[in-house]
Amino acid sequence: MKAGRRGVSEHIVSRGIYAGIGATLLIFTGITYYAATVDLGPFNVVVALTIATFKASLVVLYFMHARYSPRRTQLVIVAGFFWLALLLGMTLSDYLTRAWQHI
Amino acid sequence: MWIFLITEIMFFGGIFLTYTINRSLYPVVFGEASRELNVRMGGMNTAVLIASSFTMAMAVWASQTGKKKQLTLFLMLTLILGGVFLGVKYFEYAEKFHHHLIPGRNFQFPGDVGNRAHAQLFFSLYFGMTGLHALHMIVGAGLLLWLVMGSLRGRFTPQYNTPVELVGLYWHFVDIVWIFLFPLLYLIDRH
Repeated sequence: MKAGRRGVSEHIVSRGIYAGIGATLLIFTGITYYAATVDLGPFNVVVALTIATFKASLVVLYFMHARYSPRRTQLVIVAGFFWLALLLGMTLSDYLTRAWQHI
Repeated sequence: MWIFLITEIMFFGGIFLTYTINRSLYPVVFGEASRELNVRMGGMNTAVLIASSFTMAMAVWASQTGKKKQLTLFLMLTLILGGVFLGVKYFEYAEKFHHHLIPGRNFQFPGDVGNRAHAQLFFSLYFGMTGLHALHMIVGAGLLLWLVMGSLRGRFTPQYNTPVELVGLYWHFVDIVWIFLFPLLYLIDRH
């Protein structure tokens, strides 16, 4: 990078990485599409969400540069997902254990 | 920007939670209702959105390396792909309209009254979630238009490209929301 006012933290991700990540995302879209046509019982949800989480991680890490971000930014991202996990985890552990409601 | 995106994660997170709880309460009807969705169009739109995320990432690259013509090109490509997504979404909504799947007076769904009520719940969530996502896309398209105009004037340089980078973060976030919406709404009851 040319000398500029932006400091040392900026990292330019190469075009090759972007292309590789984009292709991987498309391939996994195809995989999740076909996985949905196979009856895996309760595991259809698991497979679909695992693939979605994997794809989202790639987008966050590479397209959104989280992998090359300063520690402070990474902390904000992790904290955000931590609170989301609390929200989902605690609410669902309540709802899904209400056996008397025959869920 | 990330702090703003965290509030967006919380915002969508609550809605995803609502969907998950209702889906676990009425798994059979939600499965039937889910099979009414057009999985081809949904899948195509997933690919379109991923392609637009890629062109957006390339736009950020072009702005960082000072390739001004390529920056305009990639921003315009992203804008066009976003437009394609919204266009496909319009046809999907129109199809639901013709099949009487819009929640309300004329909602039609096989089964008894309870079945119909729960299917309406699914379609309310479907339109709520995809509608909110589409609204984010429209905002993103407006931001992209603003970037294209700035780029045509040569505003962005390797020293100053923060607007491109931040709109990029927002655009990728909207992509991630769809990455989860697509399997949850269209796919998991497909087989």
